[in-house]
Amino acid sequence: MNNNVKVLLNGIIKENPTFALLLGMCPTLGTTSSAINGMSMGLATTFVLICSNVVISLLRNLIPDKVHIPAYIVIIASFVTMVEMVMQAYIPALYASLGLFIPLIVVNCIVLGRAEAFAAKNGIVPSLFDGLGMGLGFTIALTMIGCVRELLGTGHMFGLSIYPESYGMLVFVLAPGAFIVLGFLIAAVNKLRKS
Amino acid sequence: MAKLESSFKNMVVSLSVIAVVAAGLLAILNNITSGPIEQSKAAKQQEAIKAVISDFDEIKAEEANGLNINKAYKGGEFVGAAVESKSANGFGGEIKVMVGFDAQGIITGYSVLEQKETPGLGTQMVTWFKPQGEKTKSLLETIFGYEVKTIEKNSSIIGKNPAEVNMTVSKDGGDIDAITASTISSRAFLESVRVAYAAYAAANDKPQPTNTDANSGATTNGGL
Amino acid sequence: MEYILIFVAAVFVNNIVLSQFLGICPFLGVSKKVDTALGMSGAVAFVLTIATIVTYLVQTYVLAPLHIDYLRTITFILIIAALVQMVEIVLKKVSPSLYQALGVFLPLITTNCCILGVALLVIQKDYNLLQSVVFAISNAVGFGFALVLFAGIREQINLSDTPKSMQGFPISLVTAGILAMAFMGFSGLVK
Repeated sequence: MNNNVKVLLNGIIKENPTFALLLGMCPTLGTTSSAINGMSMGLATTFVLICSNVVISLLRNLIPDKVHIPAYIVIIASFVTMVEMVMQAYIPALYASLGLFIPLIVVNCIVLGRAEAFAAKNGIVPSLFDGLGMGLGFTIALTMIGCVRELLGTGHMFGLSIYPESYGMLVFVLAPGAFIVLGFLIAAVNKLRKS
Repeated sequence: MAKLESSFKNMVVSLSVIAVVAAGLLAILNNITSGPIEQSKAAKQQEAIKAVISDFDEIKAEEANGLNINKAYKGGEFVGAAVESKSANGFGGEIKVMVGFDAQGIITGYSVLEQKETPGLGTQMVTWFKPQGEKTKSLLETIFGYEVKTIEKNSSIIGKNPAEVNMTVSKDGGDIDAITASTISSRAFLESVRVAYAAYAAANDKPQPTNTDANSGATTNGGL
Repeated sequence: MEYILIFVAAVFVNNIVLSQFLGICPFLGVSKKVDTALGMSGAVAFVLTIATIVTYLVQTYVLAPLHIDYLRTITFILIIAALVQMVEIVLKKVSPSLYQALGVFLPLITTNCCILGVALLVIQKDYNLLQSVVFAISNAVGFGFALVLFAGIREQINLSDTPKSMQGFPISLVTAGILAMAFMGFSGLVK
């Protein structure tokens, strides 16, 4: 069990997909205009990561080497489509605000990357924890970026008003703010890691 | 368990089994969710009508000027209509709104169904053209007991009759204040309101609005 | 005129990288030198255009008539993956010199989200075939434009003195942010 905890923490801290591995940048920048959007995107990706990791680890000996990439892609794409359908049916507002980035989870390097690097070589239980760890790491990073952008841009945090909206710097909610906030957050994480 | 070798037969079999299982699962899930997806779309429409007309028990759909008009009745008596209107002149593309009128043609409410305006600027149209409500105090204001004054604006379209009030932005000589820094979005929004009233008027024999030229102002680039 | 509008909108106003956030990975990954940036843009332009045409045809003539729209994501990604492989093989045989120039970038393209993104956007926007092709080419140009511009700036940054923790990725991201801000000036150009 101890080993699984290590795998879990590895994804959240040491190999955080956003701050350390720098993977999956498109949704990281595209969906974090508010904390809640960033968190939902992170959770949707976490679900796909866990499911695909488990299934791929289960089937790892049944898939011949030469066709493993297309097989993985089909498995990942099915789970993504499932998330898409369920979101569209039961939380349409959120689906509308995340839009194109839900189907694009398929090409998120984190999902295929973990399938290749971890699930294809490890058992089901460690793979599950790896998916959970990586997913949570991604979710935490996205929520953080979303919080900073929402706070600086509109004076809100998770929809709660912190300071008057008229004092917000709108640019942080728009496209340039995404790049700048992520840049400074990575710099801050780099600094913390060194000390 | 030994790993399957990459023989042609194994590759074809494993890939097709995965593909068939995936397609089958998705087909099942599609069956389960297609109902709720349709429902949530219909519910959205119903909610939009309810948001703009308060009290009705029956809706009859009609068409005028190419727009959908949902006429609302209560006990068989005409109480108003919710008009689905649009404008193609938004800053980011098309804007779709639902505008509610009472039996006299006074605007009772509106809701924005679809827009692609700049977040934080043009998107303010969702609340801007409604009366200013009680301001929610932010956390810092509560802590320090200081209040940031909101700017007085004359931007509400609720309770006004487009037949009497000039529904264009004040910059173009109208009676409504545009969203700060988003004149193009405001023009497009007000254009859709005028178009909605024109359709409502055509369907109910009401006087045409004071400014019937739907494109006035919206095509000039007078600034942001 | 309509096609010019699609072009200007896709290249400047809604630039695929700087305002739609698609294809960020290659944008940050292969933008250290102008030469590699040009190669990558060429490969993306090639695959993007072909992929959009093929996925459009599959959507219109296979998925829509059979009412299996829900298989769209799977089908599209498989088509793109297969296409990239095919382009690689054909290019190797037909034009070894072009293969030399683009070859190394091709495998990276499958997971470039701008390909799948554009293929899905075309369906979402209800474009016809010709509009889709123009849209795909314009987005490829927009991608190349942003990538080459960014690579040029990065070559300069590498020569200057940046704070230690800002080196590499962070300073690139901040630069990209400023570039995105510059592109915001184009908004409102096309309505």
